Amino acid sequence: MITFITRRLFFQTVPSLFLIVTVAFFLIRLAPGGPFASEKSISPEVLKQLNTHYGLDKPILVQYTDYLKNVVRGDLGPSFKYPGRNVTELIAEAFPVSLELGVYALLFAILAGIGAGLLAASKPGGARDYLSTILSTSGICIPSFVLGPLLVLLFGLKLGLVNVSGWSSASDRILPSLSLGMVYVAYIARLTRGGLLETMVQDYIRTARAKGIPESTVMIKHALRGALLPVVSFLGPAAAGLITGSFVVETIFSIPGLGRFFVTAAFNRDYTMIMGTVIFYAIVIIFFNTLVDITQALLDPRLRSKLNEKA
Amino acid sequence: MKKPEPDNIAGNSLWKDATRRFTANRLAMAGLIILSVLVILCILAPLVAPWSVDVQNLSLGASAPGPGHLLGTDILGRDLFSRILYGGQISFAVGLCATLVSVLIGVSWGAVAGWAGGRTDAVMMRIVDMAYAFPFTIFVIILMVFFERSLLLLFAAIGAVEWLTMARIVRGQVMSLKSREFIDAAKGLGLSNTRIIIRHVLPNIAGPVIVYATLTVPAVMLLEAFLSFLGLGVQPPASSWGILIREGAEAMEEYPWLLIFPGTVLSITLFSLNFVGDGLRDAFDPRSSKE
Amino acid sequence: MNYASRFFLLPVLCFFLISFHINCTSRTSPVDSGIKTGTLHFGNQTEPQDLDPQIVTGVPEFHILEALFEGLVILDPRTLEPLPGAARSWDITSDGLIYTFHLRSSARWSNGDPVKASDFLFSFQRILSPALGAEYAYMLYGIKNAREFNTSEISDFSRVGVSAPDDTTLVINLGKPVPYFLSLVAHHSWFPVHPATILKHGKIDTRGSAWTRPGNLIGNGPFKLTDWEVNRIISVEKNPFYWDSSEIKLSKIHFFPLENNMTEERAFRTGQLHITANLPPQKIAWYRENRPEVLRIDPYLGTYYYLVNVNKKPLDNVNVRRALSLAIDRKSLTDNLLKGGQIPAVCFTPPNAGGYSFEPTVRFDTTEARRLLAEAGYGPSNPFPSVTLLYNTSESHHLIAQAVQQMWKKYLGIDVVLLNQEWKVYLSSTQEKNYDIARMGWISDYDDPNSFLDMWVTGGGNNRTGWSNSAYDSLIELASITNNKEIRFGHFRKAESILLSELPVIPVYFYTNVYLLHPSVKGWEPNLLNIHNYKFISLE
Repeated sequence: MITFITRRLFFQTVPSLFLIVTVAFFLIRLAPGGPFASEKSISPEVLKQLNTHYGLDKPILVQYTDYLKNVVRGDLGPSFKYPGRNVTELIAEAFPVSLELGVYALLFAILAGIGAGLLAASKPGGARDYLSTILSTSGICIPSFVLGPLLVLLFGLKLGLVNVSGWSSASDRILPSLSLGMVYVAYIARLTRGGLLETMVQDYIRTARAKGIPESTVMIKHALRGALLPVVSFLGPAAAGLITGSFVVETIFSIPGLGRFFVTAAFNRDYTMIMGTVIFYAIVIIFFNTLVDITQALLDPRLRSKLNEKA
Repeated sequence: MKKPEPDNIAGNSLWKDATRRFTANRLAMAGLIILSVLVILCILAPLVAPWSVDVQNLSLGASAPGPGHLLGTDILGRDLFSRILYGGQISFAVGLCATLVSVLIGVSWGAVAGWAGGRTDAVMMRIVDMAYAFPFTIFVIILMVFFERSLLLLFAAIGAVEWLTMARIVRGQVMSLKSREFIDAAKGLGLSNTRIIIRHVLPNIAGPVIVYATLTVPAVMLLEAFLSFLGLGVQPPASSWGILIREGAEAMEEYPWLLIFPGTVLSITLFSLNFVGDGLRDAFDPRSSKE
Repeated sequence: MNYASRFFLLPVLCFFLISFHINCTSRTSPVDSGIKTGTLHFGNQTEPQDLDPQIVTGVPEFHILEALFEGLVILDPRTLEPLPGAARSWDITSDGLIYTFHLRSSARWSNGDPVKASDFLFSFQRILSPALGAEYAYMLYGIKNAREFNTSEISDFSRVGVSAPDDTTLVINLGKPVPYFLSLVAHHSWFPVHPATILKHGKIDTRGSAWTRPGNLIGNGPFKLTDWEVNRIISVEKNPFYWDSSEIKLSKIHFFPLENNMTEERAFRTGQLHITANLPPQKIAWYRENRPEVLRIDPYLGTYYYLVNVNKKPLDNVNVRRALSLAIDRKSLTDNLLKGGQIPAVCFTPPNAGGYSFEPTVRFDTTEARRLLAEAGYGPSNPFPSVTLLYNTSESHHLIAQAVQQMWKKYLGIDVVLLNQEWKVYLSSTQEKNYDIARMGWISDYDDPNSFLDMWVTGGGNNRTGWSNSAYDSLIELASITNNKEIRFGHFRKAESILLSELPVIPVYFYTNVYLLHPSVKGWEPNLLNIHNYKFISLE
């Protein structure tokens, strides 16, 4: 297992990161409009000064190598949009917030999603199946920018139970987690249900039932394991997306997370911030996909040899 | 009841069986009918819609359902029912085509990666990881620099993003199927890899693929609304369900009908798709349905 | 109950019930407790770029800077007349070229240091230093040789027309008379900064140093910075060293960067904010009917207009431009669509800019519009080619563009293609004149028509139309060399008349500021520049 992880790290992760940094670095400069374009025209002299300050007047290859040198030392550079702030600092402040929100949303999505999937599959074609399918699938049709304000209207304004925005008190966590997680509930519920329907008819399940094991154990301990394979594959990138924050939810609830930086940096052409978020997200994605691969192997013994395979 | 599956006899019987099973499934048929009705209505929008989409009535503004406007009007006084019909043209086109693109790419990629294993798999999956990491917003903006903005570009942009998770799911499934006995049997029979993948592996992973694909369609429809924010996607007075829902969400307290009606239509589409998807999966894999 | 429900869904339910219960104890709203403690809760729209008065450019930044710093002059909240700020009095020579400001000897920085005239010199040098890359450096170009210093033509700052003969006297030499100079120096680009603090964290022209962090930032304003959590809150507290601190009635201000204006409105409704930055247009009607006492619609010095690329066919024909302008039903737009008390534009400069006004010239006349279009040679035999209307993505621009597209189709029979681009792409397109017609907005930084009219001179930095008219140029030039208000306005009127006849820009409406204000906030007066000095504000 350790060999697997180290091999993965050196032969795959590092080269991938290097590649994505390079591709992103050059491609983002292709987007029209630079970091300093604004409605009130900026004088050419000032523009020149700004370009010099941020090193944008150097040849692109020099900028690239300078950037790489800094990144390796952990310095992601100053933000173009926020002159006094370093990108590393901004990400480090915002990430814990998104992480917390993402974990709650993920927990909710997993629990509610698997639960709904179990419920639906326990009696396929029955009333429970339809009801739970309908409820969980509506998560997709009610996107977060609709669900968020709806929940806020109901629980925040009409009932006055929670704050309508912000991230200070404990109850501030509830509505954003719900809005964020709801979409994933649909995917997880449907994939779980589908997976369960397939595993449920397998021989080893019939054997377990014949042995007299209670239905709940049969489903949860035996059927679920095989059924969760597609769910876990889905969860890898889903988890990565959740913990790096959601622009929509963070804007609606005014949460100081990382998600908004992903989008606003692009709109501001804040090159260093874009690169910083790309690197950060790449690391998170690779981490979670590796985790998923390990989990899949644990769930399905047939895949275990992969862990000991040469990379 | 399990019937032995004569796979390597002429493929026709597989399809005939599947069609038979599908048509017997009442829910799936209901879904198919509803879907077809919606699609036909939308295609026939120029004939069916009471108003043209560019007819505005500024002094009327947003009004609740009433005489002349079955589902009410939007802020510019345009008939919502007509906008939903015309919008459906775009949404269906985008939803179905982009999903198809992403399914084709995702399934091929994932199947090859999962089947090949080893270094090929590693390289292919790392490419997927990197594609995830690249910022979507910038990607679309750059696309628009190099290509004319058109519906085709819209499909490409959306398809380019949605195939990633599909590939991962397919890869996982294929890898777990690889070590099953019936694959060994097929190999023993001397079937080529491609034949094994297409005839044996793919039908067995149809389950999660279909489920994920049906969920992708509405997600794509909503993603299109974000893209029109970036300037890619339909321009006014044309519209799409995604755009209608976004506009409705802004005014949900004052003019709730602007959100409810497009949202309901999207939900109905989604549920119908889901039932059709379930029906398809059951049709191709009879063991998975009710015993 | 089914095992599935029991095992999974119940814990989820419990979590929510418990969390709600924690929050169920009733609490006083921040607004009410703020009234008691004198803490103003301010919805400030976006996270500020920085708190360095010489670097930033936005309005949200200005709101915070006003609390932390004080310029030579402050503006009367109602009349926008210049009032003594850091300067207690001033003398102006009769030719309007030399301003002598007498500073207060009692003025102090927030660490107790006296505010000296040399501090202002330092600050002006800082913003004009090329290496700082200050986008608003041009606000100081009225000073003799300031532009030359900023563009590195000269490198000796002592040649720039400012001097500090002693600690309380600041003398500014202008290159040309600037009649609105006193209004100009109230702008944040003229604010002083504390030299020792700047130099502690870098050189005079180091961009983005740490001097603006809480704990480091020293200002001469009524408040000092206590807290800055990015994207969450910025808090300032009364500055005991401020020379007039006994007059300040607020004890604290909390600035919240609520970007989504729906979220902001909800926050106001639940008593989290005293003031909002905006109000979503669809809510205006509800507030008018149900809570008119919190609804504020203030006139604002800004114009919403369409840029026309005058070098592109068919827009190079002036009759085409006139036809387009005549076919816009502005009243319908403002009354039916915007509903925020906006004023249909009758000329280019908004009413009352520095006391200037222009007679209504822009009209809605579809018959005349059609006639002009025909005169330009377009009709059934020669159909008008399709043009694009460009705008940056935003809900309201979207609506207006769609409405105007319809108007042009209905009244002129022409087809206009709408093109929305993301902000930076849109800026790049307008800058490179890669458009046919583009939406634009201009908000003035100071109270004078010059801000609106000097944009359109040949080759002007903000003139993205490609329009050039030498008569116009000379009129603007003439207006800039005299101090006499009547003569200036006379030149401006002639210039605006040319502008409205040639129409390189088609004015659409004049902005208003629509926002919510809690009745407990006193001293908050509407004015054209949306400047509300905290000195006059209290919570009751």
